[in-house]
Amino acid sequence: MASTSGDKSSTNQPEASEVERWASLIGGGAMVLMGLRQGSLRGALTALAGGGLVYQGATKQSTIQKAQEAIGINQPIKVEKTVTINKSAEELYRFWHDFENLPTFMKHLKSVKVHNEKRSHWIANAPLDTTVEWDADILEDRENEFISWASVEGADVDNSGFVRFTKAPGDRGTEVKVVLEYNPPGGALAATVAKLFGEEPEQQIGDELRRFKMLMEAGEIATTEGQPSGRS
Amino acid sequence: MKAVCWNGANDVRVQSVPDPTILNPRDAIIKITSTAICGSDLHIYGGYIPTVQQGDIIGHEFMGEVVEVGKGVNNLKIGDRVVVPSTIGCGNCHYCQGDMWSLCDNSNPNGWIEEKLFGNITSAIYGYSHMLGGYAGAQAEYIRVPFADVGVVKVPPDLPDEMLLFISDAIPTGYMGAELCDIQPGDTVAVWGCGAVGQFAMISAYMMGAEKVIGIDRFPERLEMAKKFAKAEVINYEEVNAGEALKEMTGGRGPDACIDAVGLEAHGVGLEGFYDETKQKLKLETDRPHVLREMMVACRKGGTLSIMGVYGGFVDKLPFGAAFNKGLTFRMGQMHGQKYMHSLLQMILDGKLDPSFVVTHQLPLEQAPHAYNIFQQKKDNCIKVVLKP
Repeated sequence: MASTSGDKSSTNQPEASEVERWASLIGGGAMVLMGLRQGSLRGALTALAGGGLVYQGATKQSTIQKAQEAIGINQPIKVEKTVTINKSAEELYRFWHDFENLPTFMKHLKSVKVHNEKRSHWIANAPLDTTVEWDADILEDRENEFISWASVEGADVDNSGFVRFTKAPGDRGTEVKVVLEYNPPGGALAATVAKLFGEEPEQQIGDELRRFKMLMEAGEIATTEGQPSGRS
Repeated sequence: MKAVCWNGANDVRVQSVPDPTILNPRDAIIKITSTAICGSDLHIYGGYIPTVQQGDIIGHEFMGEVVEVGKGVNNLKIGDRVVVPSTIGCGNCHYCQGDMWSLCDNSNPNGWIEEKLFGNITSAIYGYSHMLGGYAGAQAEYIRVPFADVGVVKVPPDLPDEMLLFISDAIPTGYMGAELCDIQPGDTVAVWGCGAVGQFAMISAYMMGAEKVIGIDRFPERLEMAKKFAKAEVINYEEVNAGEALKEMTGGRGPDACIDAVGLEAHGVGLEGFYDETKQKLKLETDRPHVLREMMVACRKGGTLSIMGVYGGFVDKLPFGAAFNKGLTFRMGQMHGQKYMHSLLQMILDGKLDPSFVVTHQLPLEQAPHAYNIFQQKKDNCIKVVLKP
């Protein structure tokens, strides 16, 4: 999408046809990230939420950032994963909507504290026993269907995401799609954020969604941690 | 406690390991009274199953007594005598609720490995590789049983272990193998492999109305057992060409259904056998599909192949043209223990089935290395070993 440089609160009015395209992309059956190759998830979610105001988190680039981008540690992390869960959309939405529940199955999160119906504070586990933190606002909240959120200014790491709950065909339950985008910042944090999800973000988020499914369907998360073996 | 640990190809040791503990609300701890060595354990023993690690406790066919339950288990109490199916199912997912327990979505904590290799995640199996869950196995004094509220069957105190143990794995595997054949009156069913699973597949095929059952093996004691207990006709494939013999025994048509109770370590003969052994040793092929090839050619047109022997990876040189042009149906998979156990127990209680005939060796757990050796080498007429912790 078009962006004005630098000014963090610049008004940005995407064309109506663009918004329509995003709406069908995010609500549809295709891969969201395929359609978002060029643009940012944050921009699309913000426009969809009806906000003309787009916070341009990472447009003003320092020399260090440009260098980091060149060697590949400043690439945005974009992940899309879908899982089918044998529960109603209502039940799944309700559990997810309390963001404080998320760390029970999302290992990369240390804690989430909900401040009010819009804002929450997130702390993520980073390598070497460090953490990164941010405040996030809910951008759009459609009951039993869709929640989108994005970090606000001052975040250690600019990020945005959405979760979508769609009835699966027949008696197969609910399809839950999660799309996340993390934009590594400049400076020393860049490498930390690049490793937030280890070497394979897709796999990590896939594992986290699977744990969500286990918790919602079986009531517990399967584990073998702490069992005996003959390894000394 | 003492447990049988895998330490590399053809190297199992009885080691001292910590006792298992409750890790999740739906867990139970079972004190094991009998634990069998399954033919599929030989695939692990031989080093053919990927993602088995040094120190893993193996074994998956077992029974025992409940000694501890998690707070989510309300249907079991301390002292209950139970048999546990080898595949672990949560009971809540789409597959468990459809009675396809070995396809459970939720029991495998290491699903990402399997998803990469197989495209999807199936149920965990006790002591059967990290890809299939990494759960500690049953050749031990105690075991942690997850989802114990749906995953065990209580058995009465008055029957000996040997009458009940095999509803954990060998009987439902054989039974499902026969069920997948969709046997019709007049059908001939050929069963490759006359070990415990093959014996129960043959008995089940007759129960389901087969006209004739033919067992195929190369060990005289197994063929004898098939004749005596399963009332099968038999073929020793080292004496005659199995395919030709099957044709002659079925009026030139070929069997209506073929059951593979052998799996990935099949012994081929001649050039083909040499080809598979060599490729497997060079890691160019993980599985030796001799039985699959023979079944595809031997089966009658429009017939069914039921595959219960375990495959873990890749096979090659399958005569797929034969399968395609003959319009064969392939059915297969790990058995859905929880689906069959209750009715199989009832058959045993009603005196319709006495599975104890398959046991050729009862040994203390400490003798596991010896037991694996004689079972693998088919020494001392070994067909089925039960270990006593």
